[in-house]
Amino acid sequence: MRMVWLATIVAALATAQAETEDDKGTFGFGRTPTEAEIKALDIDVMADGTGLPDGEGTVAKGEELYYQLCASCHGVTGTEGPNDVLVGREPREGFPFATTTGLSRTIGNYWPYATTLYDYTYRAMPFDEPGSLTPDQVYSLVAFLLHKNEIIAEDVIIDKNSLPEVVMPARDRFVHDNRVGGPELR
Amino acid sequence: MSKGKISRRALLAGTAAAVSAASAKILPAQESGTKDPTKVQGGPAKEVGERSRFEKPKRTYFSPTRQASNTPLQDLEGIITPADLHFERHHAGIPEIDPESYSLLIHGMVERPRMFTLADLKRFPAEAVTRFLECSGNGFRTYRNPEANKEETPQQVEGLTSTSEWIGVPLKTLFKEVGVLPEAKWFLAEAMDAAVMTRSIPVEKGWDDAMIAYGQNGEAIRPEQGYPARLFLPGFEGSSNVKWIRRIELADKPFMTREETSKYTDPLPGGKARQFSFVMDVKSIITYPAYPVTLTEKGFREIKGIAWSGRGKIVRVDISTDGGESWNKATLQEPVISKCHTRFRFAWDFNGAQATLMSRATDETGQTQPTHVELKKLRGPGTSYHYNHIRAWTVRQDGSIVFGENA
Repeated sequence: MRMVWLATIVAALATAQAETEDDKGTFGFGRTPTEAEIKALDIDVMADGTGLPDGEGTVAKGEELYYQLCASCHGVTGTEGPNDVLVGREPREGFPFATTTGLSRTIGNYWPYATTLYDYTYRAMPFDEPGSLTPDQVYSLVAFLLHKNEIIAEDVIIDKNSLPEVVMPARDRFVHDNRVGGPELR
Repeated sequence: MSKGKISRRALLAGTAAAVSAASAKILPAQESGTKDPTKVQGGPAKEVGERSRFEKPKRTYFSPTRQASNTPLQDLEGIITPADLHFERHHAGIPEIDPESYSLLIHGMVERPRMFTLADLKRFPAEAVTRFLECSGNGFRTYRNPEANKEETPQQVEGLTSTSEWIGVPLKTLFKEVGVLPEAKWFLAEAMDAAVMTRSIPVEKGWDDAMIAYGQNGEAIRPEQGYPARLFLPGFEGSSNVKWIRRIELADKPFMTREETSKYTDPLPGGKARQFSFVMDVKSIITYPAYPVTLTEKGFREIKGIAWSGRGKIVRVDISTDGGESWNKATLQEPVISKCHTRFRFAWDFNGAQATLMSRATDETGQTQPTHVELKKLRGPGTSYHYNHIRAWTVRQDGSIVFGENA
């Protein structure tokens, strides 16, 4: 009798469980995406180059595209604005962005990873037609901007192999957050 | 009306005022165009209500491109910010998203990649939390140059912070659903705006108190707050709370997106910049009395304001009326909620002497707001983001008020 009673409880519990969660502790809501669906959305590029597509670009092609698509917001030389200043290596010593006010944070003096330039340009630029550039066009624009910032030579081809190898001037300037709360200010 | 003649209507109105002693209090209302509300039937019910026409709180923006707007802190009561006054910050405008075509993909270092519709997200057990959200650039102008911005309201000084009740599905529920792998240490959150905005978030935050929110203050999230669904990370800087979220990718390292390298990093003295500085430090601001209010008579005033911390509860707010020479404890108004705006009140007598009012909050970790001088010395005048120094308002002898420690 007692066994039957226990079995009833166990069965009731199992039923309650099945109504919300399966044996993995999941609900089973949503659906499994196809590989194509994931690929269409998965546009990010990581610092080690993961996610960079096939294709390549040159400084010369990038210069042409820059004047056509970018100069109206970023200036003919990448320094005039009105939007973000893209070009500039000064100040070359010391990374004094905290101690000095009014410094522009450019690709050449502040950005730690060249891959970020590809990722951002591909996903968000140009302003009037975001997300419209082909990988070849983005590689060329990246090549041009790296060259204007005196980071690569004029004849370097930028592609998925060469881009992650580019060492940016500010590469070692970043530290993870060390604020931990408590009375000590950091 | 020709000069020198008194119209019949004006004469009648004057007579009426003279006759009725009780009308002294009603007259200003008549001048504003209202009638004695006890003598006429009121308006009918409405499908959607609106504020009294005498109340006109508005967001303000600094930039003509309108990529941000500030909450009118001085016009608010309690801790909840009305959704239509919640501050805004967007990087490519406010997208229009059809909830029927919305979906959230979670993939990467997971056992089972999944695609969730909005209806799917709403089927999961929900939670609701009341939390502040603040842009980490809040207070930028007055950190750099407080003396140049003396005629600024609380809204202009500190209005990139708001509080809402957020309703949604805990991210840990979705993490379990997809089977996040133990080697996953970070996740990318990606928006479906024109910036396809991305941030990398430590996976621990997902297992802790992160949420995919679809509700705000009793209704669907507003478009400018991420409709139909956003990431909400209690206590973390605003930009990491990715709005209009379309994708989450689990990985073993951060993605080093533009918004966590070129932007939203904090240069420090010593040639480094702090990265992934998510948590908002303890902070407060007096919202009354403050510019542009003028205290037209001496006497009792209740100093009021808000305090908050991304690390937990506010445990204490001290008020100084003498520019930081002496401090006294303010009353905290219930409810006092973790990672949420907390109201404080302090009784004060304006005696006609110049007074510099300051608020200084302390959170449950023991962190107290530094002075402007202390913070600038520590982080440098050119640093950016996370400006949690003590704010001051100076009340002049004539009762006018300006921002800062000097009249």
